[in-house]
Amino acid sequence: MDITLQAFMAQLTIGLIGGCFYAMLSMGLAIIFGLLNIINFTHGAQFMMAAFLAWIGLTQIGPWLGYPDFQINFWVALVIAPLIVGAFGMVIERALLRRLYHLDHLYGLLLTFGVALVMEGGFRYVFGVSGQGYEPPEILQGPVDLGFMLLPKYRIFVVVASLLICLGTWYLFERTKLGAYLRAGTENPRLLQAFGINVPVMITLTYGFGVALAGIAGVLAAPIMQVTPLMGGNLLNIVFAVVVIGGLGSILGSMMTGLALGLIEGLTKVVYPEASTVVVFVIMALALLVRPAGLFGREV
Amino acid sequence: MSTTFKISLALFAALLAVPFVPGLIYPVFVMKVLCYGLFACAFNLLLGFTGLVSFAHAAFLGSAGYVTGALMIRFGAHPLGMPAAFAAGIAASALVGLAIGGLAIRRRGIYFAMITLALSQIVYFLAVQFRWTGGEDGLQGIPRGSLFGLDLTSDTTMYYVTLGLFAAGFLFIDRVVHSPFGQILQAVRDNEARATSLGYDTDRFKLIAFVLSAAVAGYAGSLKALVFQLVSLNDVSLHTSTEVVLMTLLGGVGTIFGPLVGAALVVGLQNYLATIGDLVTVVIGLIFIVCVSFFRRGFVGEFLHLRRRRADRTIRRRPLRPDPETTPAAEPA
Repeated sequence: MDITLQAFMAQLTIGLIGGCFYAMLSMGLAIIFGLLNIINFTHGAQFMMAAFLAWIGLTQIGPWLGYPDFQINFWVALVIAPLIVGAFGMVIERALLRRLYHLDHLYGLLLTFGVALVMEGGFRYVFGVSGQGYEPPEILQGPVDLGFMLLPKYRIFVVVASLLICLGTWYLFERTKLGAYLRAGTENPRLLQAFGINVPVMITLTYGFGVALAGIAGVLAAPIMQVTPLMGGNLLNIVFAVVVIGGLGSILGSMMTGLALGLIEGLTKVVYPEASTVVVFVIMALALLVRPAGLFGREV
Repeated sequence: MSTTFKISLALFAALLAVPFVPGLIYPVFVMKVLCYGLFACAFNLLLGFTGLVSFAHAAFLGSAGYVTGALMIRFGAHPLGMPAAFAAGIAASALVGLAIGGLAIRRRGIYFAMITLALSQIVYFLAVQFRWTGGEDGLQGIPRGSLFGLDLTSDTTMYYVTLGLFAAGFLFIDRVVHSPFGQILQAVRDNEARATSLGYDTDRFKLIAFVLSAAVAGYAGSLKALVFQLVSLNDVSLHTSTEVVLMTLLGGVGTIFGPLVGAALVVGLQNYLATIGDLVTVVIGLIFIVCVSFFRRGFVGEFLHLRRRRADRTIRRRPLRPDPETTPAAEPA
């Protein structure tokens, strides 16, 4: 097979960017799972919602308000959209999820699933299924010459930004006092409460934080992927496979697995493009055969 | 005669009469309910009686439908074409079930659900890629063929064959649930560690239950392919997998008739709401939320629960201790 270095590197970069999104999303899932013991099926819908909020802010809100020139730019959206999505998540946690903690995990899963259906169906009803374009901010437009290939500036920004977010989250959880509380809550919430920590509030905030991570990923994804109501659900299926491979036990583990699988997916696109959509699932099946407890296995 | 048996007989008699009152209820609608009802019963065997959540059941329904449909298109004219294609469809879904179940039972709880979801995506992608599945178009105009000389082209004939096959499938599930094997499954569901300590190889029982459930889901899928003469990507999609969860939940997890009630409600709702398009997803999502939050027993489960409570009250006319469940709290002075 004859592959140019350029094509190879291009696919690898696309894989790396995909891996960044897998990493951010699976990290959010791991954080939520650690404290709430539920798999957040709404994660994809929340990712989609943030991308839509960014798109609405850039292209729709001005005409809606009657000032066609008014727009919320990318940088503001990158802050506001995750906050809105996170707050929305906290409302769901307070109003609905909280009632299910004493029950089987299955119910939390089904509830978040129902919320995802409502959100995706609602966005589809209002905005249709066709993809909406989102212009990256001017400063990040255009390519950078890396010598062996041209790479859009925005893609470099996404890789750097998501790596920073991942490392920041890791630092927050593993190296700060707040993180120590959170890890203690994962280990034994009742004991932590006995020490005077308000665990219910901590759980709400943790859910909000995990969801906001999905929100940041969503805004970052808006200029790369088409903004459609389906963008989150499709991605989430792959992220679930990533989570099965890496396990939900460790934040660093889920981040590494996400990046690695993105790269593998990119490589598959070079070697055997037809398989690239399923390669993550196949790797998951293989991993289950070889190491049933997950690569960073701590069976939950 | 047990109550279940009486209800089954009454239901069967009512279903027999359906083609005579086409003005009241469409036989095609009832056939759809029967197919999905059986599908939901198969799912309930796993969720309700074994305690396993699968998001892969569309993969079983769809793979059986595709195999049956593809074989019928090629060999439908042969006198034994329909039974052979039907059996091949069930075998295919059982094999897919063995593959997915074999991998998924290596993990428990939430991971199990995620693995089934991820693996069912492979089946979906394969259905898009393969040529014999018709890709985006699916399989259309599948001939119904004939069953032992009985031509199935007419809807009325097909209706009675569907009803017969449905009854056989339903009885099979009922037998499995009430057999010693079914009791072991419920023991695994209630407390897996206890079942292990009693000497049962729980993984093996879970796998057998998974394959059985997949096979019956495939049975429903093959039947559905013949009834509607159509198999599409929707049949293998996550959407269908979630619908069956909803049917089971709405009717009553772990009850014999619940999945049928749930299937009738969901299929009816879809017919009724077909005009509002994308909002159907929103409505289904809302039903999910309401069911999980306030109505976890489902219709049949709630009914059984009320009846049991009333029976308890009759037995204990004068309870020694006030039962907090049944006695209303004392009025504050």
